[in-house]
Amino acid sequence: MKIIREFEERLHVEIATGEIPGFTHLYAGQEAVAVGVCTALTDSDYIVSTHRGHGHCIAKGCDVGAMMKEIYGRRDGLCKGKGGSMHIADFDKGMLGANAIVGAGPPLAVGAAIACKLRGDGSVSVAFGGDGSCNQGTVFEAMNLAVVLQAPTLFVFENNGYSEHTGASYAVGSKDITARSRGFGMPAERVDGSDFFAVYEAMLRAVARARAGGGPSAIEATTTRFYGHFEGDPQRYRAKDEVAQQRQTMDCLKRFRESGALSPAELDGIDAEVLGLIDECVAAAKAAPLPPLSELTTDVYVSY
Amino acid sequence: MAQLSMRDAVNQALHQEMARDSRVIVLGEDVSGGAGGTSGEREASGGIFGVTKGLLPRFGAGRVIDTPISESAIVGAAAGAALAGLRPVAELMFADFVGVCMDQLYNQIAKFRYMFGGKSSCPVVIRTAMGAGMNMGAQHSQTIYALLTAIPGLKIVVPSNAHDAKGLMIQAIRDDDPVVFFEHKALYPRKAEVPEAPYTIAFGEANLVREGEAATVVALGRMVTFAEKALDGLAKDGIYCDLIDPRTTSPLDEETILESVENTGRLVVVDESPPRCSVAADIAALVASRGFASLRAPVGLVTAPHAPIPFSPALERAWVPGPQAIEAAIRKVVSQ
Repeated sequence: MKIIREFEERLHVEIATGEIPGFTHLYAGQEAVAVGVCTALTDSDYIVSTHRGHGHCIAKGCDVGAMMKEIYGRRDGLCKGKGGSMHIADFDKGMLGANAIVGAGPPLAVGAAIACKLRGDGSVSVAFGGDGSCNQGTVFEAMNLAVVLQAPTLFVFENNGYSEHTGASYAVGSKDITARSRGFGMPAERVDGSDFFAVYEAMLRAVARARAGGGPSAIEATTTRFYGHFEGDPQRYRAKDEVAQQRQTMDCLKRFRESGALSPAELDGIDAEVLGLIDECVAAAKAAPLPPLSELTTDVYVSY
Repeated sequence: MAQLSMRDAVNQALHQEMARDSRVIVLGEDVSGGAGGTSGEREASGGIFGVTKGLLPRFGAGRVIDTPISESAIVGAAAGAALAGLRPVAELMFADFVGVCMDQLYNQIAKFRYMFGGKSSCPVVIRTAMGAGMNMGAQHSQTIYALLTAIPGLKIVVPSNAHDAKGLMIQAIRDDDPVVFFEHKALYPRKAEVPEAPYTIAFGEANLVREGEAATVVALGRMVTFAEKALDGLAKDGIYCDLIDPRTTSPLDEETILESVENTGRLVVVDESPPRCSVAADIAALVASRGFASLRAPVGLVTAPHAPIPFSPALERAWVPGPQAIEAAIRKVVSQ
């Protein structure tokens, strides 16, 4: 969780310098969801991610240095600099890709779950999405198909309160993603997304059910994002003190520290180590070579 | 005359048409923004690129509709509202999202009039932001207009400047057919002289941007500005060309292109899209089939490569056809 937090906080600073190209959506504030979910998975389980995907990548074990290089558009980035912040993938880790199309991921996750079911090794597949994506038809179709096929798919809805610049209380008509998920015929529960243990335990229940052939489940994690929809979003839709308050009351790292699971000294040690790691990643990314022009037309097809 | 950005020119067109005709509505994701937000500020964005600013306070939430992220429902609902008598302007935040609502465009909107035997019209406008050059990656940078140009029943508008954008948008709203209106993201801040009073620009009427005898250059959208740069370079060597901006790819002003090639004998087409089945290929085929006798050199095509759009600026710069590539292509065609 600390790696994700520092990765994102540091990106927030570096993006302001203008050195990072494109469009970046930060995950800070939601760390307990990605980590609570992925801690219950192994490398043979799959996840599909979203435009706000850095946290999912890190939690699933993607190389943080190669991710940073990708975000800087460098040759040695995780996707050779061709994908960028919204398209990080690492198939060796079961990370089937971040996605810039809202709602595109859940059908892919159902497909991965079909593969898991056919392999019969108890693997599962997770579709991350937000409160925004839960209103896409593709998501409805994927949820129904997963129930029809009893495919081991876990739909994780990170309800951070906003679909881009519009509030979930407006855009989610039923105002209840958990109940809506149950309507598809799958078990669903709502958890406090700033509590790592709550997410992890809900996930253990859902994963155990899926691995045992019990089919799909949904988890709605209530959470918040500490930054805008994208970096540079003035967030005029948010009350001025909202984020400051949420950093006090909904900070999953603070909550974890208060849980006493690790001693303050242990946590301080981790924090120092993570700061060093992120410094190294940023320095390495800035110094890394750009992709050569010969890469422009490679990787379009397997065969040429 | 006021200098307006393309963003403000389209915005002015929307304001004027909504004021003129109460049947005009606007819908899409964050077209005002702020619904359900904690600040209470009801117009928190006015569109992600600011094109729909000021519409909600002026015309109200009944006619300026913020939607959930649901592109099929946005486009489909706009079409249904059009069948029922409204004149909706729906926004697809990025042209890439055409992929999410393709059925509504391809099987529904485009087909209604013909398959219902001419009994219906579907006066809907789909506005969308397109184009590479801002490092937005493979799924937020495509142009896509060639894909929709291929579908009978849709009219496709690709403005290259603020002046045309306003006139074409007003025409799109008043047009009785469905129109997809592609706004290049890189053109939003670019300014041009734009008359305050409403005006229309007819579809299927190209703009002859520059005149010359050496070659005919056809360019669309942002590529018009790049072609102008290329022509500035060539003018230093005394090479002057016709530069034609078709402004709409469907209908396409075939006659203006063919007449120009009849004079110049040479054609270069510039298109910010991969080459296969592109508008560039379409125009080359037009001239090959109907203007072959005029041609004194092979047609030059300046397009992106047959590859998705890369994220890294080092690669994206090479993906986008630039002024240098255009100038080189014109020199080659002129020298043959």
